[in-house]
Amino acid sequence: MSARGVTITVNGEARSIACDPRTSLLDALREHLHLTGTKKGCNQGACGACTVLVDGRRINACLTLAVMHHGAEVTTIEGLATGDALHPLQAAFIDCDGLQCGFCTPGQIVSGVACINEGHASSAAEIQAWMSGNICRCGAYLGIIAAISQAAGRS
Amino acid sequence: MFPFSFDKVSTEDEALRAAAAGGRFLAGGTTLIDLMREEIEQPRHLVDINALPLAEIRAEGSDLLIGALARMADVAGHPETLRLHPLIAESLLEGASPQLRNAASIGGNLLQRVRCPYFRMRDAACNKRMPGSGCSAIGGLNAGHAIMGTSEHCVATHPSDLAVALVALDATLRVRGPEGERGFPVEDLFRLPGETPHLEHTLMPGELIVEVWVPGGPPARKARYLKVRDRASYEFALVSTAVALDIQDGRILGARIAAGGVGTRPWRMRASEAALIGKAPVREAFSAAAELAVRGARPLSGNHYKVDLLRRTIVRALEMAGEMT
Amino acid sequence: MTTNSIGKPLTRVDGRAKVTGSAQYAADFNQPDQAYAVVVGATIGLGRVSGIDAEDVLGMPGVIAVLTHLNAPRLAYLPHKAVIDPAVGERLHALQDDLVHFHGQPVAVVIADTLDHADHGAARLNVRYIAKEPTVEPVGPGATTVIPAAGIQPDAWIRADTSRGDADVAVARAPVRIDAAYGIARENHNPMEPHATVAAWDGDRLTLWSKSQYVVNERAEMAAVFGIPADDVQVICPFIGGAFGTSLRTWPHVTLAAMASRKVARPVKLVLTRKQMFSLTGHRPRTHQRIVLGSTTDGKLTGLVHEGMGETSRHEEFMEALTAASGLMYACPNLRTRYRLVPLDTGTPNHMRGPGEASGIFALECAMDELSYELGIDPVELRRLNEPTIDESSNKPFSSRSLLECYALAADRFGWSRRNPAPRSMRDGRLLIGMGAASASYPAYHAPASARVRLLADGGAEVEAAASDMGPGTYTSMTQVAAETLGLPPGRVRFRLGRSDYPPTPSHGGSWTMASVGSAVRAACIAVQQEVMLRAIADQRSAFFDAMPSTLRWLEGRLLREGGSSQGESYRDIVARAGEAIEAKGSAQRDAEVAGRYSMHAFGAVFAEVAVDPDVGTISVRRAVGAYGAGRIINPRLAASQCTGGMVGGIGMALMERTMLDRRDGRSVNAHMAEYLVPVNLDIGVLEALFVEEHDPHVNPLGVKGLGEIALVGMAPAIANAVFHATGKRVRDLPIRIEDVVAT
Repeated sequence: MSARGVTITVNGEARSIACDPRTSLLDALREHLHLTGTKKGCNQGACGACTVLVDGRRINACLTLAVMHHGAEVTTIEGLATGDALHPLQAAFIDCDGLQCGFCTPGQIVSGVACINEGHASSAAEIQAWMSGNICRCGAYLGIIAAISQAAGRS
Repeated sequence: MFPFSFDKVSTEDEALRAAAAGGRFLAGGTTLIDLMREEIEQPRHLVDINALPLAEIRAEGSDLLIGALARMADVAGHPETLRLHPLIAESLLEGASPQLRNAASIGGNLLQRVRCPYFRMRDAACNKRMPGSGCSAIGGLNAGHAIMGTSEHCVATHPSDLAVALVALDATLRVRGPEGERGFPVEDLFRLPGETPHLEHTLMPGELIVEVWVPGGPPARKARYLKVRDRASYEFALVSTAVALDIQDGRILGARIAAGGVGTRPWRMRASEAALIGKAPVREAFSAAAELAVRGARPLSGNHYKVDLLRRTIVRALEMAGEMT
Repeated sequence: MTTNSIGKPLTRVDGRAKVTGSAQYAADFNQPDQAYAVVVGATIGLGRVSGIDAEDVLGMPGVIAVLTHLNAPRLAYLPHKAVIDPAVGERLHALQDDLVHFHGQPVAVVIADTLDHADHGAARLNVRYIAKEPTVEPVGPGATTVIPAAGIQPDAWIRADTSRGDADVAVARAPVRIDAAYGIARENHNPMEPHATVAAWDGDRLTLWSKSQYVVNERAEMAAVFGIPADDVQVICPFIGGAFGTSLRTWPHVTLAAMASRKVARPVKLVLTRKQMFSLTGHRPRTHQRIVLGSTTDGKLTGLVHEGMGETSRHEEFMEALTAASGLMYACPNLRTRYRLVPLDTGTPNHMRGPGEASGIFALECAMDELSYELGIDPVELRRLNEPTIDESSNKPFSSRSLLECYALAADRFGWSRRNPAPRSMRDGRLLIGMGAASASYPAYHAPASARVRLLADGGAEVEAAASDMGPGTYTSMTQVAAETLGLPPGRVRFRLGRSDYPPTPSHGGSWTMASVGSAVRAACIAVQQEVMLRAIADQRSAFFDAMPSTLRWLEGRLLREGGSSQGESYRDIVARAGEAIEAKGSAQRDAEVAGRYSMHAFGAVFAEVAVDPDVGTISVRRAVGAYGAGRIINPRLAASQCTGGMVGGIGMALMERTMLDRRDGRSVNAHMAEYLVPVNLDIGVLEALFVEEHDPHVNPLGVKGLGEIALVGMAPAIANAVFHATGKRVRDLPIRIEDVVAT
């Protein structure tokens, strides 16, 4: 079993990764590309901290292999802001204090971007249901709901 | 994780050839990769089938056809699902998380492995993982385990929500393998553990699930999925049930009841269904049917509560279905 | 002190770093040429390692080394105990012998060039054991109760036994009596960030990028373990992805990371798996408690007995203040408390959010609720009837106590008056509705701390302290304290933390960071102002050359002459003339005389409304209101987040959290985030935190009491009491689960 080349467009930039087929997309991002904004909370698909967008859809980067995504477009937390201008949801998380320790925050925000794009942010109750794949142990859910509501209202 | 070789295929024939050569199909990966990381699953050759054109969701008359590679999220949100079989959407949305539903395929959902913690820990005895090693759950912590269909070798529940709905709706599978194509009821996919808990399903070696066919008809209209669990989302069922009622002129003409979280496979309650025929859709009738559903339940040391909870869940789900217009 | 910054709802100064993914947590500090280490845990619950087939794994691709007790260096393990370590017993030593004390204990470390290689090597390492049957249940065969040795010392911080009057006689004679037993499951902190350490040696100097709530102690402990000078160890931890107490202690994986790095002569990254966090990094101990309340028929407490026991390990006596609050919460002439430990074959427990009080007050507040029904007195009124005038456990006055004000404020906001007092009387459609209330309390601790302030040529300030921010907002609140004291806008202050070579602070826990570090930051700011003033006075180019210090004062960052009309001089003016940054250190500690005079605690009142499905037993917390008297609130936005976050934790404690051990081998059976449940977004209802205005000049110069613990404390009993009100069924064991509610 040998390293194999995978090319993934990460945050708009084509990146070639020579990795073991075993390497998860999450480890490819964190350990190979050193894009450490995406977090490993459980490595078992049970917390949502590793949420990224693959071809626009939110998935858990820990439960998928990098080799499965040759040619795909991946968006991570590092790819949301435009230069110094934060993505509206990033700004809303600060405004609404949708974070405390900040560790689940990248996953929450990426998931929240998808939640809005999917059309699942029309009410607080809908946001709660569709954001329940992202656990926040600090319990910042009120701020998270408020931030997504705010950003959804603007977009 | 054990090392493995990896191939991506783009046609069913390629996929079947690769499987015949010992390859293991990889779709969404949410079960397989998780278990490979724990070294519970140790495939040496993975065949990525995600490029196969098997993700279509379509209607044929009042029947719903779901490609095996359609993602849980896509099926749940598809207009034809919502029109023909909202029960399926409901069961899907009660499962997993938005992220997992975006990744997990329908075929993979049906084939997901049990959540028994002893199965998932390499150093624990488990007949499913290591035949003959014993069942740690029977003498251990088993609050989440099955009360029906168990054997002295295995008591793990089948974890899929969707499968419960499909079994209730008499859905069938179309599979392709080296010997060609065949079809059979979803219910028949799942084996009872008996003395061979390591054999979980009835697919033959190298067979690929191609499509799920869900017949339409009266039961589809008054159908509900009720999942009972200790948190509101992102948890497997303690007890769940899919029910469907055909009610005309205040009488039940047809009923379907299947349950999850209680059986070693999705559990169809045919005696309960029969008991409802001709009855008025009222709580007394539902309670009598639920009583039949738990007949024969064999609780373990830690899950006696499931007997009563199953009864209660069936009654409540039938009420919810009966209230639908 | 002006109030241009303290008390303002600033957004987090580290918010941008956190929302862009640039905030670096321990495992994010990738080092050049780093190797990966993976811990192998024992698969027995007690016994010895009889053999390890390391050679097989050493031959696997990428594997560089396998560390076991057979080849690990004998480490110095010099005596070292910090306040967060149990006073009695000895920490687990990493790979120093063949003994297995509990399931999951590290027995080896596999080091490889990639994470995949290290993971696979660790999974394949065959370890042979001679197993004995462990005892992991606190009640039953093999479990014996002991008196905590540190609890009978004359100066014990947590006392094994206390009494006043004769409680047993009082409750025996009381016309109304409640006698009930309460249990709380083992809980794991489960912060989102796994424990991680990146270790690198440069000769004999060790750098650790490591998840720690106490970097100063991690440095000291690593120096003691390796027998090297503390100055040769640097611990760096700018961000903590939640901890709730789990990273207060330095657990053996930190030693293993350092050992591994030394072994392979490369930087090594070691991250614990989620599963390993259930056995290697502490837990809230299981507790069994009994409360006996005696009361007059009109609701005056006459006697209170609180007996409790908590689990600990065989090798350390972990203690928490389980029964302490019962001595001071209510007026009661006769009291007896007893606190015992049950040593088990398990890892050592440690402090988890609201340690002691969260568990003890759960029992007390449920018992008070039971008494209120027995008496037919409103639960809030019962608390009011028993409000003490002083802390009866110490006979000292409270420095401030706003419990009744908290009840009044929260009850009004919650709509407590709409509650029908009869159990199972309120409905919303099919659902049973219940309302419950509970008191909360937590000591206003304070520990010596220090900080350094540097005024820069651009007129801004840098502030440094070896503190931590696991989420409450230390970066922001300390920025506010410094800005306020220096008279600068917060944007001109940069607060840095999380390095062991910064001025030392106490551990980041026990709700004492704001009080302790905040007071030190304030002191350092005052010290630097003094230094700047002296520089001006000594500088011929200054308008204040040779001035008497007493004639000068600071206003909004400018040095002025008392009564003078000139604009004075800014920091920038004076620092620029000095030609270098001007810095000063400051430290603060609580005045011992004041501490001896007052009892210092935060208090709160929490109300919760639950909806219970009468058919299938599901419980949801629809609303909760907490009001807290916690002294001065430095940042109301962040304080509200911290308190509502604590309520979310309380929902978990009340309804979900339990770590289940298999008694046969001590393994954590649900060591998985899908099986150890904590609340998800859909589990929370409308949560609200209110603050009673308190001016407490005694606790510390800032007047703050701390919030982190009390935010959790009252929620679980409020929910349990609401479940009783909804269903008429009293569940005394946490978590309350569906099976408890539907059980007949």
